[in-house]
Amino acid sequence: MTVRTAELLMGIATLLVSLGLMLNVYLDGLTIGWVEGRGPGAGMWPFWLSLGMALASLATILRWFMGATPESRSTDPYISQETIFIVGVSVVALFAFLLLMTIIGTYLALVLFMFFYVRIIGRHGWAMTTALVIGTPVFVYLLFEVALTKYLPKGWPIFEEGFLVIDNLRYEWFY
Amino acid sequence: MDIIFTSLGAGLLQAFEPLNLFMIFAGCLAGLFVGCMPGLGSVNGVAILLPITFLVPPTAAIIFLAALYYGAMYGGAISSITLGIPGASTAVATVFDGRPMAQQGKADKALMAAAVASFIGGTVSVILFTLFAPPLAAFALKFGPQEEFALMVLAFATFIGLGGDDIPKTIFSILLGLVLAAVGFDIISGQPRLIFFDMVEFQRGIGFLVLAIGIYGIGEMLWTLESTNGQIAMHKVKVTWARIQANFGDIKHYINSTWLGSFLGFFVGTLPAAGATPASLMSYGLSKTFSKDPDSYGKGNIAGVAAPEAANNAASTGSMLPMITLGIPGSPTTAILLGGMVIWGLRPGPLLFTESPDFVWGLIGSMYVANFVTVLLNIAMIPLFIRVLAMPFSILTPIIFVLCVLGVYATTDRMFDTWIMLLIGIAGYLLRKLNYPVAPAVLAIVLGPLAERSMRQSLIGSQGDVMTFFERPISLTCLILAFALMSYPLVLKYMRKRKAGAGT
Repeated sequence: MTVRTAELLMGIATLLVSLGLMLNVYLDGLTIGWVEGRGPGAGMWPFWLSLGMALASLATILRWFMGATPESRSTDPYISQETIFIVGVSVVALFAFLLLMTIIGTYLALVLFMFFYVRIIGRHGWAMTTALVIGTPVFVYLLFEVALTKYLPKGWPIFEEGFLVIDNLRYEWFY
Repeated sequence: MDIIFTSLGAGLLQAFEPLNLFMIFAGCLAGLFVGCMPGLGSVNGVAILLPITFLVPPTAAIIFLAALYYGAMYGGAISSITLGIPGASTAVATVFDGRPMAQQGKADKALMAAAVASFIGGTVSVILFTLFAPPLAAFALKFGPQEEFALMVLAFATFIGLGGDDIPKTIFSILLGLVLAAVGFDIISGQPRLIFFDMVEFQRGIGFLVLAIGIYGIGEMLWTLESTNGQIAMHKVKVTWARIQANFGDIKHYINSTWLGSFLGFFVGTLPAAGATPASLMSYGLSKTFSKDPDSYGKGNIAGVAAPEAANNAASTGSMLPMITLGIPGSPTTAILLGGMVIWGLRPGPLLFTESPDFVWGLIGSMYVANFVTVLLNIAMIPLFIRVLAMPFSILTPIIFVLCVLGVYATTDRMFDTWIMLLIGIAGYLLRKLNYPVAPAVLAIVLGPLAERSMRQSLIGSQGDVMTFFERPISLTCLILAFALMSYPLVLKYMRKRKAGAGT
């Protein structure tokens, strides 16, 4: 896909999003007009601003047809081959990381995520890999759970209970 | 005047408290690090690390983030000079002459000039800040919701008039931020709004940090991965004590550009939308215009390194002026700081000076100290940071991703927000590739709730009469200015057309 095509598609996408937002406000039955003596209703701000978004998107599409933006004249690929690989891998890895966080818990997910990036993508040696694969979860535990007292997701109950052993140890030793 | 000096003294004392001093050091170091990584700038550092600052009291937190902001402005020059890749958009102009100097084997001279110019720029602007902030805040105390709303309109208008980006795309970006800010319960009527797909999670709204970290953490890393492809080539720099001493002698060659950059940077920095990047570019341009030898610019003129570096540091302090005194951020970074202040339970705006003087003066005092700390750290650690730059992206990237995900989770305790962050990051990346400016959206989601509230408060107060915005002199002035700024690009276009028409 060229930058030129991408700009048109993005213009259409932003237009659809804007219309969707307007529809959403409208269907919720919020007052999009003026309430006499009180000023704007609850839906006025999002509704009319979304209309503005729709108009801005239309302007972008119009400018695309006129060839007014540099992007509309560019025939370079929107995302090049190498970029698709590195960006795609990162997006998929992040997606998997978030999914795993809810299933096997933050810490196991972290181990897998770091291993994937450092060893498989980065092709670093085992020393560097081990240091980061172990160091990151430990650092995260100390920073978020101990210092910030945040309970990070531990995944499904079976994984969560396994992890509580560590928390128990910490409470027995330190408190 | 006396009261400024006593408050400043108290602020300086506060800056020297052990925790705050530590925060200054940590912030400067983190800032230098973030700034010198290609692609990452102050805004990314502040967005990614803001959740972590909930660990310490607000004063220490903002000192840390302000020091980081500062450090990043210094750090940006390091990769501009040694790699030829701007460490942040604010350091783009530093590449013009910094890169040729590095190729001529004078990288250490360029780095030194950047550090000294940054120091002078930072010092000049923090002094200007101290002088301007209290009177401006006192003046702004008279503001009602009408003036607040008009000021915000003015802030958005500067993006359209001076942002220099594609105008329909800028408008789209601003409005998108404002609409996303409206998700959740309406503050006045209590009705739920924009609950997409009937998901209960949207009732709590979309936090600005989710958007900011999505765009400046995830989106920016994807962007950096693309632009560098993980491959970076570097120029070697030799740093010895003797050469550092010799480099001090060069100051006279660039001192004039530095003064110019410092003052220009401060004033450009105070304008919303303008900020450090245009300030440094303008400073470079003006310095070249006034130079006796403009042809040497771009070929390794040391003044071409000093001018933009002085300006971007001065602008970073300058952009804090409207944030602290008016509650209107002057740059995307200060927009995130402003959002942070709301989370810390402070009310940004003119009242800050009377309600939380410790906070404000502690911040100002620490800016003086941070300036010294950064210049010292910078000069001492140049060799180290050059080694940091050799750090492969396959290590840095996952660490930043992890910080983004957990940082968002830590602020809201919901996995839902991390998913939204990922989506916003991807969308931001795709939009940015098509030249949609993303900074206005971040500014808008921070200002959105404030803008809507002040608008509706004014209208309820006037019983629905719109004239209330035009009857008050300050509000009217702001709106006229805003209108002028918004129509400025159109006027410019018309003038150009007429000129072209007359020429033929």
